[in-house]
Amino acid sequence: MNALARLQEVVGKLPAMSEPPQSDRLVPPTGFTALLTTFTAGAMAFLAVFTLALSLATGRVADRWANELSQSSTIRISAPAEEMEAQTSAVLQVLETTSGVAFARVLGNEEQRVLLEPWFGADLPLDDLPIPRLIEVIEEEDGYDPEGLRLRLSAEAPGAFLDDHTRWRRPLVSAANSLRMLGWTALVLIGLSMAAMVTLAARAALAANAQVIRVTRLVGARDTYIASAFVRRFTLRAFYGSLLGAALAMIIVAFLPEPSDRDAFLTGIGFRGWSWILPLLIPPFCAIVAFLATRRAAFRTLNEVT
Amino acid sequence: MLELDNISYSYGGEDILTDVNLTMAPGSFHFLTGPSGTGKSTILKLCYQELMPDRGAVRVFDQDVKTLTRDEIALSRRRIGVVHQDCQFLDHLSVEENILLPLVVARRDVSDQQENLNELLAWVGLEKVRRAKPPSLSGGERQRMAVARAVIMDPDIILADEPTGNVDWDMSVRLLTLLIELNKMGKSVLLATHDLNLIRTAKSNIPVRVLRIANKNLQSGGADL
Repeated sequence: MNALARLQEVVGKLPAMSEPPQSDRLVPPTGFTALLTTFTAGAMAFLAVFTLALSLATGRVADRWANELSQSSTIRISAPAEEMEAQTSAVLQVLETTSGVAFARVLGNEEQRVLLEPWFGADLPLDDLPIPRLIEVIEEEDGYDPEGLRLRLSAEAPGAFLDDHTRWRRPLVSAANSLRMLGWTALVLIGLSMAAMVTLAARAALAANAQVIRVTRLVGARDTYIASAFVRRFTLRAFYGSLLGAALAMIIVAFLPEPSDRDAFLTGIGFRGWSWILPLLIPPFCAIVAFLATRRAAFRTLNEVT
Repeated sequence: MLELDNISYSYGGEDILTDVNLTMAPGSFHFLTGPSGTGKSTILKLCYQELMPDRGAVRVFDQDVKTLTRDEIALSRRRIGVVHQDCQFLDHLSVEENILLPLVVARRDVSDQQENLNELLAWVGLEKVRRAKPPSLSGGERQRMAVARAVIMDPDIILADEPTGNVDWDMSVRLLTLLIELNKMGKSVLLATHDLNLIRTAKSNIPVRVLRIANKNLQSGGADL
């Protein structure tokens, strides 16, 4: 027996595990349709888990960029060497009396060297270069008035320039938010695609079983009874398929590189803490989509039979 | 119990039946006869609510079938046993599963029906093929199976379209005897056939009414019947 036939046999047996034997027997085994439904649901659930992980990862990036950097700013002082100390003291004095500033400190030479190392290498002669002095400013929760601070700095220390990170933080956060929205849109599209595929498979099965529908209707079966035999079968297949797909995707996501790894993408695609619950919701969601899609297809077909 | 009130039915622009009237009282036995293609099957399908008349009313169990919902039609069919001329079955189920199908779809417990089933299978001579699938059966066996399926629910009305068309005379008499016995128990029977010997055999046992289709209408059977 080849692998496809074996798989069809296994999939064909799945509904029998939980369906009432009597009504289940009404619909003959439909090997390829069963396999198609299970495979589609599995593939869609697999993609959905990854899309969900990507959405959550970009969401985390957007949140971090929005929150962490929004509380800090940098003052850069570019002044002749003989005025550097005086302007630094003036800036620190201004910051001490500025409402909304929680903390300010001058970055030491070693810290500046570490910041410049990626571009200029480890042996940078910092003392011989006209490197501007950097002051890190940490804001209080309500923040400070950046325009007011700029005016005061221009008066007290003409070489000081305030960078509150807004200029480059805003497009990054916007990009991350767009990416997150794209992820959710992809999830919706995956759900709709699965509904369409299940509907097609269900309609194919219903068309192939026109005789079953006609005979059972003739012997007194109600539409709900006939529909339930198909709906239950397709719902269970979609559930089993999506369970397999989601489980496989979750295992792969769990083994993706950690954020600390050198090769990690962004902050690491994956789930953190409670968010591991979200991919577990995908199989029941797939089952609900399959249930609604098959039910709609079944009743449409049944309405065409006297 | 079953009434066709001035019904007309056309198909493809051609009138098949015109102003047909028929009243079946509980416990009555009607034969419907006439040449092929004159509308015997159409009358049975109208009675079974597979077709709706163009004009007139079909009343089954005192309800106009045009006013019934799909669910109500299904429930009404559970009280009617039907033998179609083309004998349609579920080919993936065995003979006994097909016979029990009306009970299954009505969500009745079939486990206590084994004795009835065995008796019925013996009566129609299908014990040896009870586990066979319909495609492997002969035309006659399929007709006997259809009769068994029609009566397993203990219906109030039995509609049979040429139920003995493919069986030998002995089996025809046997199937007729089954219907006569059910009729004696109060069931109404409407049997379409052009086997005049079968009609005569029935008439020698019970009072029957013979209706002949002529000129797209129903007339009482001739003196030879």
